[in-house]
Amino acid sequence: MPTATTPDVDYKSLARDMRVDIIRMIETAGSGHPGGSLSVIDLLTVLYWKFLKHDPKKPDWADRDRLVLSKGHACPALYAVMAKRGYFDKSLLGTLRKLDSPLQGHPDRMRLPGIEFSTGSLGQGLSVGVGMAFAEKLDKRSSKAYVILGDGEMQEGQNWEAFMCAPKFGLDNLVAIVDHNGGQIDGQVHDVMDLEPLGDKLRSFNWDVQTIDGHDYAAIEKALANAQKAGGKPHAIIAKTIKGKGVSFMEGNIAWHGSAPKKEDADKAVQEILNAR
Amino acid sequence: MPAKGTRDSFGEALLDVGAKNTDVVVLDADLSKSTMTLAFAKKFPERHMELGIAEQNMVGVAAGLALSGKIPVLTSFACFVAGRVEPIRIAAAYNQTNVKIVGTHAGIGIGEDGTSQMGLEDVAAMRALPHLTVLQPADDSETKQAVSWMLSHRGPVYIRLTRQKMPDVHGADYKWELGKIDVIFEPAKKPAKYQATIVASGGPVPEAVAAAKTLEAKGFSVRVANASSLAPFDSDAIARFAKDSQRLVTVEDHNVNGGLGSAVCEAAAEHACGVPVVRLGLRTFGESATPEQLYEKYGLAAPSIAEACLKNL
Repeated sequence: MPTATTPDVDYKSLARDMRVDIIRMIETAGSGHPGGSLSVIDLLTVLYWKFLKHDPKKPDWADRDRLVLSKGHACPALYAVMAKRGYFDKSLLGTLRKLDSPLQGHPDRMRLPGIEFSTGSLGQGLSVGVGMAFAEKLDKRSSKAYVILGDGEMQEGQNWEAFMCAPKFGLDNLVAIVDHNGGQIDGQVHDVMDLEPLGDKLRSFNWDVQTIDGHDYAAIEKALANAQKAGGKPHAIIAKTIKGKGVSFMEGNIAWHGSAPKKEDADKAVQEILNAR
Repeated sequence: MPAKGTRDSFGEALLDVGAKNTDVVVLDADLSKSTMTLAFAKKFPERHMELGIAEQNMVGVAAGLALSGKIPVLTSFACFVAGRVEPIRIAAAYNQTNVKIVGTHAGIGIGEDGTSQMGLEDVAAMRALPHLTVLQPADDSETKQAVSWMLSHRGPVYIRLTRQKMPDVHGADYKWELGKIDVIFEPAKKPAKYQATIVASGGPVPEAVAAAKTLEAKGFSVRVANASSLAPFDSDAIARFAKDSQRLVTVEDHNVNGGLGSAVCEAAAEHACGVPVVRLGLRTFGESATPEQLYEKYGLAAPSIAEACLKNL
């Protein structure tokens, strides 16, 4: 049966397990993006255990909500969630980035059921979410489209075309969540190409905007609950996060945007994650 | 039928199919009066998205619609829409979404508006993308059949259409088939060997027929074939033509690199045909003038085509 809501979820323990999965997956693969995976995992946890209308056993169920991970490089987090949610066996996580694996370096919907849109080329996910949300309205279905964007990705012009057009069509069933971890490959987002004032920008584009701590489960729950309301405006949640969250030597360190930990670092990271209370 | 732009035939077919199939959604980027989707927009406003001058977003929105069960048809000028190669690569081709991309105003045949409005490299870009079907019909009947097929087919399609009026080159009983080159002109007396087989696509197709007729009157045997599917491409037909023709001449209102001319050369080489191929088309950008003046200047008018069929290689 599809899970609309799951009461009393222990997000903390779920996310802790999945942070370990992320580290081990990327360590085994020998490449990948730990920083942005660790910043987004808490958001994905609340979405997949509390808000998303979905059925892991029937990933193409027509009335499901859609989730597009526009920042596709954070897919180790999504794979960890999907494995834990029962989309596929956890043993697959060890095949990340290997020949013939459904777990591609960036998500591929043709290879992995449950992926709604193959991403990795940044800036395209929100447009796709607009199309999905419009189709749901056209069919008078109550499904929603969730799009998770990176903050660096917000520099792509296509996003702003999409932000501009969503309110025109009254897409209050569209929720854009910005994983605002402040870092990108070439440095800090505010140095590379500043987005601020991001909230004001989105509000001026006629979006309903909330800014939250993207690691505070209660705050994430509350923001997503607010984003369920109709009223004609699409919903944006700017989630302030920490790149590499949960591993002290990765936190806020751009070096861990796109490099895999070797065994020694991975062991240290896992210990830290497991010891955290 | 009176001659009409293939964009006009598309607009009529869209209205027709769109009335029967309520999954069809049309997307525009401020050019619905030129791409001929305005009638659909007026009749089915709830299934029309005017997205403003923002083509890359339009590509992504179309992919989202397709992933939620709709049949999105997005239109703009060929250069503007097929110019968004990366969104099309990812959102249409790689994701294998059921997106229908319509590029009108193909080539120098648009005339006075000049180079920036002319699709001249779009086929090259679209033909390089896996999973994408690339079509260029030549007249009213072919366009309507191709559009009808496109809307019933599941998968991404790019279709390239003319602004200028196109006379019928097919008979009333013509049945269009995906991936097939069809012969539209044969000399009255079938020769043992043709001086040339012209393979043409889109705007210059009637010019190719005119050239073959002129040559026939002068005693030469030239056949004209119409390539409406650029991907998949009918390389078997090219191999057949190579066997009984002294040369192949390709004619397209597009750059010779990456379009029809390239497709024919690839087929001829892969089949080890050993036949010379003369490619007519653009080797540079276009410019402003009347369509007729431009076809003459850039070698796409009947006299240039006739000359290419005979001149020493």
